Amino acid sequence: TMSAGTPKSLPSSGQKSIHDISHPLSSEDTILTPSPDLPNTSSIGEKDLSLPNGTPVDTSSPASSSSLLNRLQLDDDLDGETRDLFVAVDDPKKHVSTMETYITYRVTTKTTRTEFDLPEYSVRRRYQDFDWLRNKLEESQPTHLIPPLPEKFVMKGVVDRFSEEFVETRRRALDKFLRRIADHPVLSFNEHFNVFLSAKDLNSYKKQGMALLTKMGESVKYVTGGYKLRGRPLEFAAMGDYLDMFTQKLGTIDRIAQRIIKEQSEYLVELREYGPVYSTWAAAETELQEPLEGVSGCVANCCTALEELTEDMSEDFLPVLREYVLYVESMKNVLKKRDQVQAEYEAKLEAVAFRKEERTGVPTDVEKCQDRVECFNADLKADWDRWQNNKRQDFRQLLTGMADKNIQCYEKCLAAWESIVPLLQDKQDAKGETN
Amino acid sequence: KKSPPPPPLPKLGKVGSKCACGLGSRERMADSGSDEVAVIGNTDLTAAEEQNNRNNTDVEKSTPLLKKMEISVSEAEKRTGKNAVNMQETYTVYLIETRPVDTITEGQNPAPDSLWRRYSEFELLRNYLLVTYPYIVVPPLPEKRAEFVWHKLSADNMDPDFVERRRIGLENFLLRVASHTVLSKDKIFFLFMTQENGWKDMVYETGFQAKADSRLKALNATFRVKNPDKRFTELKHYSDELQSVISQLLRVRARVADRLYGVYKVHGNYGRVFSEWSAIEREMGDGLQSAGHHMDAYAASVDDILEEEEHYADQLKEYLFYSEAVRAVCRKHELTQYELEMAVQDLTSKKLQREELATGTVRTFSLKGMTSKLFGQETPEQREAKLKVLEEQILEGEESVKSKNSECDEYVKNAWLDIDRFKEQKNQDLKEAIISYAVMQISMCKKGIQVWTNAKECFSKM
Repeated sequence: TMSAGTPKSLPSSGQKSIHDISHPLSSEDTILTPSPDLPNTSSIGEKDLSLPNGTPVDTSSPASSSSLLNRLQLDDDLDGETRDLFVAVDDPKKHVSTMETYITYRVTTKTTRTEFDLPEYSVRRRYQDFDWLRNKLEESQPTHLIPPLPEKFVMKGVVDRFSEEFVETRRRALDKFLRRIADHPVLSFNEHFNVFLSAKDLNSYKKQGMALLTKMGESVKYVTGGYKLRGRPLEFAAMGDYLDMFTQKLGTIDRIAQRIIKEQSEYLVELREYGPVYSTWAAAETELQEPLEGVSGCVANCCTALEELTEDMSEDFLPVLREYVLYVESMKNVLKKRDQVQAEYEAKLEAVAFRKEERTGVPTDVEKCQDRVECFNADLKADWDRWQNNKRQDFRQLLTGMADKNIQCYEKCLAAWESIVPLLQDKQDAKGETN
Repeated sequence: KKSPPPPPLPKLGKVGSKCACGLGSRERMADSGSDEVAVIGNTDLTAAEEQNNRNNTDVEKSTPLLKKMEISVSEAEKRTGKNAVNMQETYTVYLIETRPVDTITEGQNPAPDSLWRRYSEFELLRNYLLVTYPYIVVPPLPEKRAEFVWHKLSADNMDPDFVERRRIGLENFLLRVASHTVLSKDKIFFLFMTQENGWKDMVYETGFQAKADSRLKALNATFRVKNPDKRFTELKHYSDELQSVISQLLRVRARVADRLYGVYKVHGNYGRVFSEWSAIEREMGDGLQSAGHHMDAYAASVDDILEEEEHYADQLKEYLFYSEAVRAVCRKHELTQYELEMAVQDLTSKKLQREELATGTVRTFSLKGMTSKLFGQETPEQREAKLKVLEEQILEGEESVKSKNSECDEYVKNAWLDIDRFKEQKNQDLKEAIISYAVMQISMCKKGIQVWTNAKECFSKM
């Protein structure tokens, strides 16, 4: 189904960056401020600006080149594969029209691929455009694992769709989504993806595509249903089992992480009360005033550190876990599709065997079916390996990140407490000497 | 508060000598004892050197007992016995060990003398000290029942952790008394630590109970001091504040401890899930598995952290109870002052009566005045006799005012001496407690950094 609310006049009416509207939870608006005026960070590594194949990158667009540069420096995770397509999602903006309010994101592309007319693109897309892309990919590449999008619907009232935190979390998920496609040897060459990245007017293309789809639909769609698979090959059965187990573990980790965040918030509530009691006490003392104020200050510092940790955990850690739940779902869907294709083949083969037991030849459509199964299996296996590899890297990053955040929190607390000890001890030594 | 009837003495003789302390308890005595000595040794003890000379004080030397004697409460033991109404009860006894210091310095190192006492006996000793030395901030006993504990810690009186903390608290009490220039010279206190039997009879012989009761009655009677001493009013106000802020602090601290416990323990779940997850992974398996162990260690580490913190809470608790002792000194000052004011008032009224009688004017309306008006004047003889009695009473009253005055002055002098000593001790102790609290927090942070660094290493190998 196509999106009903096609965006009208994207750049025209009431374009407003989201930081124009103050968010109830936060007074600072630094995070999302687009920074075209800031000095470009690309100066730190001028030599890295060339792509692997030596084509110089046009640096005339400073706002995008810095994030792409970071990408170039950080991503060495594509084992030996030369990368020639870089995509980034950034700069969310809020659009308010009489009809609706929505967020668009800037999608920047840099490439040396000949499929693209230009080496660089910068377009604005909204969530439903990403959703359109994903549907298109699912339709046109049924044998491949399509990375997940963040969930469209959020509970109204519970989550503020236009809050900086929400938008930033979504931006990161959308960025990840496009990067996964861009890194994929097949999906990255998909025509719809190309259009999504480069089209000035995606809407007219979408309408055009709708008409086309109705014609092509039948041939593209594999979904036939009705057939029952006799037995999954061991290899794929093992994948299914793995996914079930993995989902279960993800669920547990998600619950633990949520529980920790809850415990930490409750701890924070008490800690915030704890510090001021020392201040109250300090007010009643003369000689003890300073040490007691010192403790109060330390507790306050620890509160800040803990707050940051909890925030990081709920904004960085949990969304990645949830994305993986969706990723697993996508993978399960592909497995299911594969099963159906195999089931169809088996059924046809059986029918042929039943009708023409005496004849040895197999009809061509059954052979086609077999080819399809084999293609599917090959694609799926390749995607599976790729997925496993991604997963390993993502979780390595996620978990070391979690450890880092905890270390940072402890280091801040440590610094606070260490700073007051010498103060107190010096005082005491000095006093001891004068005595 | 009523003081409970004295409980029966536990059978000490047999068990006491039998358990006269194994090597383990000696070692414990050595380190816990010397620690406490060091802390108290820091406080300035020479301030109130001169004064005392009370009935029960030993006046031979002015150095506190602790300089002459090593004291410790080295062991606790559970006993069962019959109480006053012949019911079976379980209680805890504590082993007090004493050793003269000079024998140790002479290198003889003799086995300490030891005896068992139960908590109620410590209470009796403290009550006796309170009554006998009203102008002294008498060191408090550790709490009778566990309060302000975070919920994972048992509040049961028989809980080994509680008994152990109380043992430390009781030892601390003895050391504080023994290092006090006045209290340490009390004979009853000395007997408490050295005389197994008959100690309690000695206490009752001092008649302190009667004194305590009459004082208590006076305290309960509503009285208002006309000219309160500003210094004592302020001190009373301070002790109220101290009590309220420390109890608030202890309450919040217990909740903070509860939550911290939760945060750490929930991390333990990562240990399990990482281990399970590692079973279905190839390359990631080893890293996850060992990271899981670090998470287990992290969850377990909170037990030690909070146990150590409980010691800090106990230090604060001591001062919570000290605030009550300070208030007691203020109250007793009020009582002394009140008695003085009553004596002055009495004298004034006697003088007024004499004046009335001498001049024949009746300034106050009284039944007596009425009757004299109605039934005529008294005979001169009668008046003379009355006047004479009044003169005697006035003399007596003047004497009483004088003695009350000097009693009051003496009280104020002594009390301030001890309050100054107390303040100094308090500042020193609490400063040290805060430092050690900060050190504790530092070690907790370092442990946290260590565990997460280890875990990070495992994660990065995945």
